[in-house]
Amino acid sequence: MTNQYEAGVKDYRVTYWEPDYEPKDTDLLAVFKAVPQPGVPREEVAAAVAAESSTGTWTTVWTDLLTDLDHYRGRAYRIEDVPGDPEAFYAFVAYPLDLFEEGSVVNVLTSLVGNVFGFKALRALRLEDIRFPLHYVITCGGPPSGIQVERDKLDKYGRALLGCTIKPKLGLSAKNYGRAVYEALRGGLDFTKDDENINSQPFMRWRDRFGYVAEAIHQAEEETGERKGHYLNVTAPTVEEMYRRAEFALTLDMPIIMHDFLTAGFTANTSLANWCRENGMLLHIHRAMHAVIDRNPRHGIHFRVLTKCLRLSGGDHLHSGTVVGKLEGDRATTLGVIDQMRAPFVAEDRSRGIFFDQDWGFMPGLFPVASGGIHVWHMPALVGIFGDDAVFQFGGGTLGHPWGNAAGAAANRVALEACVEARNAGKDVEREGGDILRAAAKHSPELEAAMETWREITFDFDTVDKLDVDEGGADE
Amino acid sequence: MSELRDYPSRVGHPASRRTGTFSYLPEMDETALRRQVAHLVDEGLTPAIEHVEPDRATATYWYLWKLPMFGVTDPGAIVEELQECRDANPGHHVRLIGYDNRRQTQGVSLIAYRAR
Repeated sequence: MTNQYEAGVKDYRVTYWEPDYEPKDTDLLAVFKAVPQPGVPREEVAAAVAAESSTGTWTTVWTDLLTDLDHYRGRAYRIEDVPGDPEAFYAFVAYPLDLFEEGSVVNVLTSLVGNVFGFKALRALRLEDIRFPLHYVITCGGPPSGIQVERDKLDKYGRALLGCTIKPKLGLSAKNYGRAVYEALRGGLDFTKDDENINSQPFMRWRDRFGYVAEAIHQAEEETGERKGHYLNVTAPTVEEMYRRAEFALTLDMPIIMHDFLTAGFTANTSLANWCRENGMLLHIHRAMHAVIDRNPRHGIHFRVLTKCLRLSGGDHLHSGTVVGKLEGDRATTLGVIDQMRAPFVAEDRSRGIFFDQDWGFMPGLFPVASGGIHVWHMPALVGIFGDDAVFQFGGGTLGHPWGNAAGAAANRVALEACVEARNAGKDVEREGGDILRAAAKHSPELEAAMETWREITFDFDTVDKLDVDEGGADE
Repeated sequence: MSELRDYPSRVGHPASRRTGTFSYLPEMDETALRRQVAHLVDEGLTPAIEHVEPDRATATYWYLWKLPMFGVTDPGAIVEELQECRDANPGHHVRLIGYDNRRQTQGVSLIAYRAR
């Protein structure tokens, strides 16, 4: 029936390198960027990655023969050069579906980015992309509401949504914090946001903050006639406390709460997403710690993988970076990432860093959030790059207006609507952005003052086509 | 730098109430409105018209004017329908919607005429 048991150490490639393997539709596929130790052949490294992230260990064990390892093992099935990095190579690995618990990105990551990253034969390893088979996707809950439902609940269509992170990020009292929220919302923003490190500090306990923010929202709604929200951060030291805060937001009739999925962890995030789905609460996801994981081009996990994992775990918004002011490579990579958030199907496209077709089936999409260092002059580029299904978040670009938050908010809202109107009327908003904004400012003193305050940026997009560049971890 | 200014929005001031997309811009003239209508048609969306009394504008459902204009792709006809709705409902807000049947959402929703 089976082979005879032979104790000892075998080369990984004997068992785990299978260049003729044809991946199945049901396989979970992964591509790693690997930098081997000098002298270790690529096939051996690729096989070691497949082994250590699936069934293998460093030596043969007799219990291997009690199961059908031929079925359960991960297989390294392809190796490719990495453009621009002769030391590194891409290792493609296929895993059978039943290596992973259903509905658990926790379990997938524990296998794929577990022990293998400390493996001695490697100098460095980075998980570049995962293809989740549709069979796996539909075992996950996904976004609690998704883009379409969020638009319906908030009654906002045909444009991107506008937000603002309240500053200073730490130190305001709850009542003064609520003032900043009220001013920004009455001026025309859709959302304000807790900074990620606002949880429940001595200067502002969460319950006080939630109460004043709720009042600010209700007043701004009455005044403007529009629906408003504030991302109430329920990230907490324990899941029990996280739920307590989420429940209180619900009793205050708040439409949206917020969570940090990496520092709090995927287990907490998935549970919170399930709670949100159960209670009709929108969920904004912040990504503190992502740059630790995704910024080094040779180590860690690419943000496109973290994005896919979050879409499976659940969230209605996710920070994506802003693109503007950076390189073309960033633009392509970011577009590849936001496709994974929003689209029902994303095709392989190496020019965007996408290694596999990804079918999301009926799983809803989520809003990418562009946040950090943006102001009215960036609006045309943001509309051009992100389109309508996005949230643009202006922190300093709202609160830093010379006349205050309400005027700053109005300036952003007028700028956004002017760019959308111009785009719909057939204008190239990215190239004609300056003229569009100047024309709109004639009817909006708030926009005019904002444009005087912040420096005009140039609308020049002839840049170098380059991928695998650093992605910023700017304050968002 | 310009002088400090107050932001003039007031609960007691009906004009402070907003009505969704483009309500922070001046009301569009007919040429501008026609361009938006043409965009809606180009995007393959189904035009529809809704209207409401200003004091009910925060409601989810405004009055639907007739039925969505399935299959209508002539921007002129759509603008005429908007005008007809406005004239039949003086004092109402009128908005134009573009239904996206594939994505089950509204690709366009904009304020066409504000209550006078």
